[in-house]
Formats: sequence, structure tokens, C-alpha cells
Amino acid sequence: MLIALLVMSVLALLLGAVLGFSAIKFHVEGNPLVDKIDAILPQTQCGQCSFPGCKPYATAIAAGEAEINRCPPGGEEGIQKLAELLGRDFVPFGEDTAAQKPKSVAVIDENTCIGCTLCIQACPVDAISGAAKQMHTIIEIECTGCELCVPPCPVDCITMAPLPQTIQNWKWQSPVHILAVSK
Amino acid sequence: MRPLSIFNGGIHPDEHKLESSVKPSALAPLPKQLILPLQQHLGAKAKPVVQAGDKVLKGQLIAQAEGMMSAAIHAPTSGKILSIGLHPVIHPSGLPESCIILQPDGEERWIEHTAVDFRSLPRAELLNKLRDGGIVGLGGATFPTHAKFNIKQDVQTLVLNGAECEPWITTDDRLMREHASGIVQGIEILRYMAGPVETLIGIEDNKPQAIAALQQACAGTGIEVIVVPTLYPSGGEKQLIKILTGKEVPSGSYPYTIGVACSNVATAYAAHRLINHGEPMISRMITVTGNVKSPQNFEVLLGTPIEELIQFAGGTLPDSNGYIVGGPMMGLEVSNAQLPVVKGTNCIIVKSSTLFPAAPSAQPCIRCTRCAEVCPAELQPQELYWFAKAKNLGKAQTYHLFDCIECGACSYVCPSNIPLVQYYRFAKSEIRANEKDKEASNLARERHEFHLLRIEREKREKAEKLAQKEKAAREAKTAAGGTDASAIDALREQVRETARPDSELTKE
Repeated sequence: MLIALLVMSVLALLLGAVLGFSAIKFHVEGNPLVDKIDAILPQTQCGQCSFPGCKPYATAIAAGEAEINRCPPGGEEGIQKLAELLGRDFVPFGEDTAAQKPKSVAVIDENTCIGCTLCIQACPVDAISGAAKQMHTIIEIECTGCELCVPPCPVDCITMAPLPQTIQNWKWQSPVHILAVSK
Repeated sequence: MRPLSIFNGGIHPDEHKLESSVKPSALAPLPKQLILPLQQHLGAKAKPVVQAGDKVLKGQLIAQAEGMMSAAIHAPTSGKILSIGLHPVIHPSGLPESCIILQPDGEERWIEHTAVDFRSLPRAELLNKLRDGGIVGLGGATFPTHAKFNIKQDVQTLVLNGAECEPWITTDDRLMREHASGIVQGIEILRYMAGPVETLIGIEDNKPQAIAALQQACAGTGIEVIVVPTLYPSGGEKQLIKILTGKEVPSGSYPYTIGVACSNVATAYAAHRLINHGEPMISRMITVTGNVKSPQNFEVLLGTPIEELIQFAGGTLPDSNGYIVGGPMMGLEVSNAQLPVVKGTNCIIVKSSTLFPAAPSAQPCIRCTRCAEVCPAELQPQELYWFAKAKNLGKAQTYHLFDCIECGACSYVCPSNIPLVQYYRFAKSEIRANEKDKEASNLARERHEFHLLRIEREKREKAEKLAQKEKAAREAKTAAGGTDASAIDALREQVRETARPDSELTKE
């Protein structure tokens, strides 16, 4: 009886010590969940989720303050991935969410641009090049298509152009789709 | 006799080689127009160096290689550049690509060209010559040859691929029969670049004349002609290396990592034409077969439209319904006959419903694993199929989806007629697109974070500047209450210096 008690208590102490040690040794800085969610989000930084960027939205999801269906650029695939990561159910886009659009880039009509720099200040990824009273232009490969530069323009010279399909970005379709179409 | 180690599986589809291989090859006549896509090779598009309206000579450079992974393009005949613009090309998407359109003048005037003694050139210079001569792998993948032979150390084995395992295609067969000595001279160039201990040519045993011709041409050169059993897909690079050397190319890696370089016999011949005759890559041998009047091999100028090529073979027979570019196993079905042939085009098959009956509709997978039995890459096609269908892309990758060579052996034996390869192609392109998106979003994240950092820094700097000004103003005020007049003047001066644009402070 006494031996059994002794063995159990020694074991408990030992395991407790191991747990305590690993809690200090393997301590994780920051919230890894936020980074994981942020990695799924498309990084357009468009603010359509009502948060000022992807990271703040990721933080809100991690804290349980936001639904996972607030990111139109991520698409339903993005919701699926978030649901999988968080162990939640898939939620379809709400009625109030902005409609999904094809991937686009902003285009500045360089003849109309007056060089006011307002779009440069609005761009979240510094993808607009130009200076005060100089013509501005979009660096196409850096543009995420967030549309944040469109409303500030006083002369409405910025339009969104959908990316054309080329041989370089063309994708094979799943045979399932082909069957469905031919039926 | 060298022991051969046959790869896993493989199939024996009907060969259909005799239709086109019995006749000697012919020179295709000059077409009305040549359409030359800028992307005829793996890697970056070539950059045009001519303009619409320019007169060019046969063999003149019209588009130069962009960077290391690219190859030059030359005018296949003399004539006038009509335009440079979009034209449909041979691609599963059917989308147009930038092409140079050339109007032949019928004179066939060559640009000045000379042979070079490759043994007098350092390896690097020879590689540049191959790139500027537009030499790419003619087995189908169109991998730029100079990039393939840009290897740090010499290889153990140089493998020449003359297997030509795909049904209907007989270009390499005819080339080996008719130009054996040219091929061997081309192999000497590749040997000079790769410095192999042994050089092996693998040819399937269904090409006895080609084997005899090469054996005769190779006598005394130390090049070994090895007869391999007819088994599809023995002409796959990794499969042929396995058969001849017994070595396996590791997953996701290239043959040079195991000391092997592999090249097609037609590539060796193209290198011979370039180095020993000064003729860049402007034409190639193409089999025209299937539902045509007289199937035959042709030496065709690049850029010739499929339609004209079929006319050279006597035109189509009734009941034709479309074309296959390449072989029936790995080729691409197209319906547009205006597409131009390119460096990677080895065969045009005219389809008919009797020769190629429509595939019956797909049935559910019964997990019979016959696909796994025939898979030459030793994959589990049935598992890959499930993962691709369920879009479980990560899992497909862990099952080595990218080791799939898309040979089609699995679809060929599938009793449920499932278009397996299409699923793999879909999964592969989906994964590649996801990776591209990931890269773009990582870049956007980085730039956004820097953007935030920059704004933060600007704010802080502004605040610091303001604080400094205020401090200076306060000090000036207290100093003004004292007696030392010169100190006051100095401080006033200082305030004026730092706060000139700010009218409030200067007034004090």
C-alpha cells in the first residue's frame, strides 16, 4: 500500500517536472494560429472583410471575433481551407459580402492623370510609381487588384482590367467538368 | 552482351509503324506562308530581332534566345516578314501566342554560313553556338540542348535515344536509316561536350534497318548500339536510362545527378547540321500518317501549317475527323489545321472514327490496380486518381504526382476507361498555379508589411522633428529671460534654422 502510494507520487512529481520544463523550453512566441490563417488569406489587403488588411482579419478570426466567410478574393476555396484549418464547418458567403470578381489589375490612364499622389498613398503594397505633379503608373506584377486606389482618384483615371487568359496562365480543367458540360 | 534492366510495367499497343516507315523520306515543298511561334522550346520566349517588312535570308536569326533557358529561332527560308502578332499554336488551350509570319520568296537564298571545328572551341563557346543555333531536344520535351549539356563535371554515360516507342511515329527510324553517319558525327559533338566514359544508343528491336545502319556507322567509334525490346514507353528518358544502365534517376531530379546525359538521335543530327554545316535549326523530320492517302516522312520547314503538310501526303481520306499532333498515347488532339508545326512536332496523325474509335464513357474505378502494374514510373495511379478527383492536391504530391511522365499506359489498360492522365494533368496544373499564387501573395504580404513599416517610420520621424522644434523653442524662451545677450542671439539663430517653415515659432 505504502509502496504503491510512493511510486505513484514519485511518478506524478517526475511527469510534472517534465511538463513544466517543456512548457518553458518549447514556449512558442506569438500566436502561430494567426500566421497560419494569414498564410491562407490571399494578401490583396483590400479591406473587403471590413478589417484594415489581411493580418488584422486573421487576428480577428483567431480571436473568434470574425466569421471565416468575409474574404471575397479568397473565394469559396479559401473558406474551405480556413474551415479545415480551424476545424469549423464551411460557411457560404453572406449576402452582405462583396461579389467575387475575376482577378484584375488597376490601370492608370496616363493621359488623364494629374499627378496628385492620392492613389500612391492609398496603395497598400506600394505598387504605384510616380511623384507629385508627375504621371503615375501601376507596377502590374506588384498590383493585388484591391481597388483601394480607385475611389481616391479625383479625375477617375483608374480602371480595373481583368487579367487576360494566356498560354502562360491557362490551366487544365478537371475531366469531371468536361463530362458535366457535354451532358 | 550488356545485361538490360527493364523498367516496371509497360504496354504493347498496336505499332502502326509500317504505314509510314517503308517509304523514304521526302523534302516537303515550300508552303505559302510560315508561322513561327516565339515559344518553340521549354523556358523563356525568344525575342524577335526583325520587324514587319524586313527581308530575311534562309537561316537568318529572327528571334534571339532570352536568358539561359531559351533558344534562338531562324528564318526557315528566304522571304519577307509579314507581321509579328498573335496566331493560334499547338497547345491544349487553343489560345494564340506571339508568332512571326514569314512570306517565302521562293528563292531559298541562304545566309552566309560556315562549318566550325568543334574540337577547337572551348565547351562554353560550343554551348553558346547551340543556343544561338536554336538546338533543342527533338524527342518531344524541347528542352534547350545547351542547358542540358551545361554540366559542371563530365558524365559517366551518354545515352542516345533512338527507341521511338510510341505507335505510328517513324521519324527517328527514317532518320537513322537515312542519316546514320550524320547522327554519329552529331554524337561526337555531344561526346566532346559531356566527356562520357561510354556512349550508348538505345533502339527498339522493331527497327532492324535502323539498327543495322547505325551499327555500321558506329564501327570503330566506341559508340555502342544496344537493341532494346519493344515495350512502350521505353523511349521515356528515365525509362531508357534504366534499361541501358540499370540506374534510376531519383524522384524530382535530372539524369546528370547520376552521371548520365540523355539526348535524342534527332537532336544529335540537328547539332551535326549546325556545327559541321553551319545550318541552324530550321527544319525537322515529321511523320504524316493515319487517314491520309500516302503516309510518309517529310523533312519539313518549321512553321509549315498542318493543312499544307497533309496535302504533301496526298491529302486526307474520307471519314477524317481531326488531327493528333504527336503520337496517339501522349499526343494532343487538335481540330484547327492552320496550326504551324514547331521544333517539338514529330508526327501528325489524321484521325478517323475507324482508326481511332471514340473512347467509351468512363465507369467508376473498381480498384483493380492494373494501372499500377503497367506504370513505368512505379506510381500508384489509382490513388493519384482518387486524390486528383477529390482535389486533395497535397496528398497527390506526397504520392509523387510529379514523377508521372503522362505516358498514358494507365489509361490504356484501365477497364473502366477512366481518362486518368487528364486527371493528373489537371492536378499538376492546379498545383503549379497554386504555387504561383502563393508566391504572389507572399510578395504582397512582404510589400504590405514594408508599407506599414514605412508609414510608421515616417510618422515617428515627423513626431521627433516636431518634438525637437518645440524643445528648442522652449529653451530659447527660458534663455531670453536671462542676461547673456550673445547666448540669446545664438539660440534665436538656432530656432530660425530648425523652424524656418513654421511661421508660429519664428514669430517668437
